[in-house]
Amino acid sequence: MWSGEYSFVIQNLVAKDFKIRYRNMSLGVFWSLLNPLVMMGVMTFVMTKIFPSSVKHFPLFLLCGLVPYNFFSIAWTSGTISLVDNAGLIKRLLIPREIISITAVLSNCAHLLIQIALLVTFLFMFGVMPNRHWVWLPLLWGLEIVFVCGLVFVTAPLYVFIRDTRYVVESVNLILMWLVPIFYDFSMIPAEYKDIYQFNPIAALILAIRQILLQNTAPSPALVAKFALSSFAMLALGMLIFQRSKSALYDYV
Amino acid sequence: MSITAIEFEKVTKSFARHGGQMLIREKLAHMLSGRAKERFIALNNVSFRLKQGEGLGVLGSNGAGKSTLLNLAAGIARPDSGSVRINGRVAPLLDLGSGFHPELTGGENIYINASLIGLTRRRTRELYDEIIDFADIGEFINEPLRTYSTGMVMRLAFSVAINMDPEIILIDEILGVGDIAFQQKSFDRIRRFRTAGHTVLCVSHSAAMIEELCTEAIWLDHGQLIMAGPIREVAAAYHGRSVISNV
Repeated sequence: MWSGEYSFVIQNLVAKDFKIRYRNMSLGVFWSLLNPLVMMGVMTFVMTKIFPSSVKHFPLFLLCGLVPYNFFSIAWTSGTISLVDNAGLIKRLLIPREIISITAVLSNCAHLLIQIALLVTFLFMFGVMPNRHWVWLPLLWGLEIVFVCGLVFVTAPLYVFIRDTRYVVESVNLILMWLVPIFYDFSMIPAEYKDIYQFNPIAALILAIRQILLQNTAPSPALVAKFALSSFAMLALGMLIFQRSKSALYDYV
Repeated sequence: MSITAIEFEKVTKSFARHGGQMLIREKLAHMLSGRAKERFIALNNVSFRLKQGEGLGVLGSNGAGKSTLLNLAAGIARPDSGSVRINGRVAPLLDLGSGFHPELTGGENIYINASLIGLTRRRTRELYDEIIDFADIGEFINEPLRTYSTGMVMRLAFSVAINMDPEIILIDEILGVGDIAFQQKSFDRIRRFRTAGHTVLCVSHSAAMIEELCTEAIWLDHGQLIMAGPIREVAAAYHGRSVISNV
């Protein structure tokens, strides 16, 4: 049996990813900022100059959607490929396999924190001051991590058995970019489609974040409850599937 | 009497021959045609028993099933049929330096590797100096691994693995690490480990290394157990056979 400690391994592996990514890159942190900045610039241009939008503080509005979406898509993709990418560890070591997938998700949290710092900077630039509802934010982002972990526990073993999975994940990410209200507002969605959106946890997350940061209101309790419920349901489902496929991973990676 | 450390009973292990093709296309084709997939049998009905404190060598040429046998003994793989029983804490020295990265310092790599092979935070801190000492890399410990010579990397990796203080160690042709002096040191360490009553299972395609560390041996060929017995007899038969098949 493996006699190590989960927290010790995860801490070491996440720190390793972080150091490798940033130690030899003098502009390391800058690269984490560049992607959302460029996206924000381009989308702001399109959505204010080409399709005029009535949304106030459009760049800020956009960033509230981009930061959670970026984390979701990168963490999901890298989590999905994590087991195959680390086939060497699975073939030669006893470490519990879920550690590999959890690490892939958590490694992206450094990225997320940097982007949250960017978001906060923009909030101040637009004159938005912290309010007491900000205490909800860590909980919401925490739930996003729980949700992504659950999803990764399903797609990572699936990718081991069927290598097409990666392309499905990448396509879904691309589709979500449009179906999650990143550069449009919930109020613009026609009533008959609104119900569908409430089944999308990432859409719910963005809605809650905008309520807190841009409307100075607490997120509606029903929304947070549904988001929490779906995140933990996803995690439970993921853990079940991961546990069942665990013993076959060695034969197929 | 003496306690069994490792016991294989009628162990069979096979792998699907998928030839790297793991696409949905192949899966569908297989489902529709209803053909069973061809399987490659890595180990076929292998049984042996290793008592605590003994050293068992596994001889065999490439593809004989040695690595599969080690992975089964380590608990990393599971047998298709038969049973594998392990009694004691196992250190699989199968892959030295798992998780090592050239850009990180020797010290950082010790922590990563130690955590992966199953050392706790506390144990790693306690052993840290000993590991550096045994690897004998001195001031280099704070330099990135890419500045090390190959021998130094292997010494560091071996040092972490051997210091984890297991009851059973599994060795996969790794003792060709470092220079002669370090090899001697590693051998001595494993011999001391044996005399302390611990168990060693080591695998090689040549008998020379195994004869130093083991008293018993088994000979595998294409997944079949050909012979089991005292190391000298098995080694002699194995080398005789190898010479004949090479002619």
